[in-house]
Formats: sequence, C-alpha cells, structure tokens
Amino acid sequence: MLNFFQLILIYAGIYALMAIGQNCITGYTGMLSLCHAGFFCIGSYATAIICKTFGLSFWLSLPVAAVATGLVGLIIGIPTLRLKGDYLCIATLGLGEIIRNVATNFNPVGYNSIPRASLFGYQFASRNKLAFIFLIWAFVLIFYILFQQLAHSRLGRAMIAVREDEVAAQSNGINVTKYKISSFVLGAAMGGIAGCLQTAYTLTVQPGSFTFMVSVMVLCTVVLGGMGNGKAVILGAFIIQFISYLPQLTGLTNVIPAQAKQIIYGLLLVVMMLWRPQGILGRDKYRYGDPRTRMEKLSDFFRRDKKGSRAKGGAV
Amino acid sequence: MRILETEHLTREFGGVIAVNDVDFHVEKGLVTGLIGPNGAGKTTLFNQITGMDRPTSGKVIFDGKDITGLPAWKISRLGIARTFQNIRLYKELTVVENVMMGLHFKVGKDPFHHRFAQAVKSYVFASRENREVYHKAMEWLSFFELEEHAQDFAGSLPYGKQRELEIARALAAEPKLLFLDEPAAGMNPSETAHLMHVVDKIRNLGVTVVLIEHDMKLVMNICDNITVLNFGIKIAEGTPNEIKKDKGVIEAYLGREEEE
Repeated sequence: MLNFFQLILIYAGIYALMAIGQNCITGYTGMLSLCHAGFFCIGSYATAIICKTFGLSFWLSLPVAAVATGLVGLIIGIPTLRLKGDYLCIATLGLGEIIRNVATNFNPVGYNSIPRASLFGYQFASRNKLAFIFLIWAFVLIFYILFQQLAHSRLGRAMIAVREDEVAAQSNGINVTKYKISSFVLGAAMGGIAGCLQTAYTLTVQPGSFTFMVSVMVLCTVVLGGMGNGKAVILGAFIIQFISYLPQLTGLTNVIPAQAKQIIYGLLLVVMMLWRPQGILGRDKYRYGDPRTRMEKLSDFFRRDKKGSRAKGGAV
Repeated sequence: MRILETEHLTREFGGVIAVNDVDFHVEKGLVTGLIGPNGAGKTTLFNQITGMDRPTSGKVIFDGKDITGLPAWKISRLGIARTFQNIRLYKELTVVENVMMGLHFKVGKDPFHHRFAQAVKSYVFASRENREVYHKAMEWLSFFELEEHAQDFAGSLPYGKQRELEIARALAAEPKLLFLDEPAAGMNPSETAHLMHVVDKIRNLGVTVVLIEHDMKLVMNICDNITVLNFGIKIAEGTPNEIKKDKGVIEAYLGREEEE
C-alpha cells in the first residue's frame, strides 16, 4: 500500500512536469497540442543514449534532453503552428506518433540497465523510492516557480493575449508566431525533462511506452486541474495518477481491468466539460491587473478580511 | 504634411474588386473620415493599411516609409493602431489588463541587446514590471474615464464602454496614427456625444485619427477631411462642406435623380 502511494507520488511528479509544459502550450497560449508523448520519448532516449552509450553523467543528460526536445519542438513548431484549433491537434497527434515510430526503428529493443544517477556520492536506486520522490518533486518545485514567473512576466502576458484573440494581439504589436513558437518550445522541453527523470527512475527505456495515451493523460491533467493555472495542473497530476493506480490501491486488480482507467478518464472529461469546463481550480484570479506586490498579496492572503484590501485588489 | 498615403491600392477577392486603385491620403494632426455605402471597401482599405491583409497591388506609404505587405504586428510597432468593426477585446481579461496588453511595446526601435536586457529584466522582476505597466494602464483608463471599471471583465462592460476601452487599448501604445472602424456603431446619442468628446481629446494629444463611420452627424462635426468610397473606387474627397454638396456622393447614397 505504502509502496503504491510512493509510486503515485513519483509518477504524479513526472506527470506534473509534463503538465507544466502542456499548460504553457495549451493553458497560456491556447494551442491544443497532443504530442507530449513524443517529447517524453525524446527526453528518455536522449538520457539513455548519454548515460548508457556514452557513459556520461545523468546531470549532463538533463540539460541535453531539455535542449534536444526543445529543438525538435522548434523544428516541428515552425510549420505546424500556423494551423489552428483542431487542425493543430491532428498535426501534433501525428507528429507524436512519428517520433515514437522513429524511436522504435532507431532502437526497437530499447535500453536496459542504464547507469544510476548519483548526487554527492549518493546513488539513486529504483527501490529507494523516497529519494526519487525528493528528487522529482524538487524539480517540480523549481519548474513550477520558473513557469509561474514566466506567466507573470511580459512574455506570459503576450501569450495570454495570443490565447484570447490573435488578431487583436497583432494589432497590439505582438508577434503572434514568435510567442506561439517560444511557448511550444518551452512546453516541449518540459516533456524532455520529465522523460529524463523517468529514465533515471526506471533505468529502462521501452519504445512501446510512449503511446498516444500518454499525451491524452497529460492533456487530461491540464484540463482537469484548470487551464492556465500552475497549482491546478499539479493537483490534476495527482488525481490522474491516483485514478491510474486505483485498482492496485484497492487491491481489486482481478476485478477491475487495467483498461478501466481509460473509461474513467473519458467519463471524467465528459463530466468536467459539462459541469466545470474551467477545471477544478479554474484560471488564476489575480493575474496582471493587480497592483499589489507579492508580499502584500501574501499578507492579504493570511489576513483574509472579508472586504478591505482583498476586494480592492481585483476581480473576484 | 501627409502622414499616410496609398498609391493605386487594389485588393481583389476572386472576381470582386473590393478596393480599386485608391489613392487615399491622411494629413498629419487632422481627423479624416472615410465614408461610403455598405460594401464600399472601407474596412478592406483599413485592413490593407494595417497589415491585416495584403493588397493585390499598389503601395502604402507611412511616414515616408513603404510599409506594403508588412505583417500587422510590425505595422503596429511603427505607430499605426486600430480598433475593429466587431469589437475585439480580450473578453476574459479585466479592463485594466486589456490596456496593459496595449502597452506591450512602445513605438520605436530599440537595439536588440537593449530589448534582450529588458526581456530578462521583465522576467526576473516580473512583479515589479507588472505594477509599472499596471499604473501606466490606469493612467490611460482615467484619460477615458473608465477607471471605476478597471477590475471588471472586459466582456461585461456596456457596449459603448467596450468601444471606448478598445480605443484606450489602441492608444496605450502611443501611436502616431489611429484607425477607428465604425466607433459609433450601435451607440445611443449620449454615447455618441461622449465619443465625439473623446475623439477631440485624442486629436489634442497630437494623434492623427482616421475613422470609418456611418453616423453623418458625427462625421460632419468632427472630421477635417472626408474621403468617400463607392464600390471600391474613391469618388470624392474634401472638407465636410464640399462633400455635402458633391453630386457624386449624393448619387451614391440616395441614387440618381430621374431625368426627364
């Protein structure tokens, strides 16, 4: 039981990293992309090749995986991001499959017994789950902060403008293509980082594990939590992983088939679309049009007075 | 002095010639009206100039520079701002956030390393940068007397205020030339009167204004120059008084008098 909870924590962390990337693409810039499995795959392969084939450190493979995935995102992004809505969705779906097939042909058996990652002499072994929980959630925290900062910066503002109305964004002097591509590249790089960390945990890479289902799960995570909301996305990752391990947790693996979770995801999405299309937490309420400093926001949050300064702050 | 000129500007959609060989020009510091019956090609002409669409042939010259076929965002950065016939606000953002989007850039060209440094600064000190932009946006809102609505969602504003907000957002970038596409459409008389007052204030800021409008009372009152289009062809230009007496214009609007 504890074992499964630890497993959920690890995979929730990995999916939270991917969801942060997906949130950048879908939540901020409003592009419906379905190829995070592909980015995940590139990150995993890059790590496997660097650690196993070249025998280099895991810590080197991390930035390489991020940059390699980002570059693929850039190459894919330039032609496909001209498409809109459903068309972009179909194009990215196809690209995810292309990446998976290229990887399968490149190395059909995958990689096994990849050297472990180590930090200050400590070796991260797969059976020591607690160490991985700390490692992965440290990354989630770092990237959560980096992307929150991004969302609040000028770049994030421009992305939101592109999501809200492309034509109006152009008339405001916003280079729509540039922001779409930067958002896509950043989101893709997050997929690469998640793939890298998963490889460090499982120490194997199998081309069969980067199916379309992974992309759907990542998108579900974002939609479920709330598009464009950093915290919500992490909450979504927990819920999705919890559902995914439900049969094992309840000890009903014999009764509930593994495919049942796909039905539950589908059901969950339908229910969400009907009753709460903005996601569980919805979009961030205070964003740009709030004159308070971070410290003021924090103190207002703890003070929680009913009218007063909080109401002054913004639209509730 | 002419701030904007089009030379033989033409836009064809298949067999339809929406804008046909139009030489349109705007004098600096004045309010120019662009009128004509529905389907005359007024909005198409706006779209050609602001880069939302590419002309089939002809040239657009702004401030002595050829800007034909540049992407819309580049043209905005050169100092041409616009509003849209069917209001295009960021409806799910608040009023002040809308104006903040208009402040995304300042007209003019900074060297690359300067812009890069600014981008890094805006990322690291995002909260501070946000507040600076917020206060600038609030100044624009108070110029338009919209500050009480600052924290309302843009989509929830009454129609007339939405139109004004769109003008505020366009003006926030401090353009040299402002295009208003039917700013008074759907407004009641008191809103229209307020709009006239607003346009006057904008003119006093030194911004050149071009407006498409069907409300003749408004056009005749605030415009210094008027250009009339019909079926994509320029049929007249001149001061309001000249336009009122122009036979071609009267024919275009009311039809030809039957000759006996």
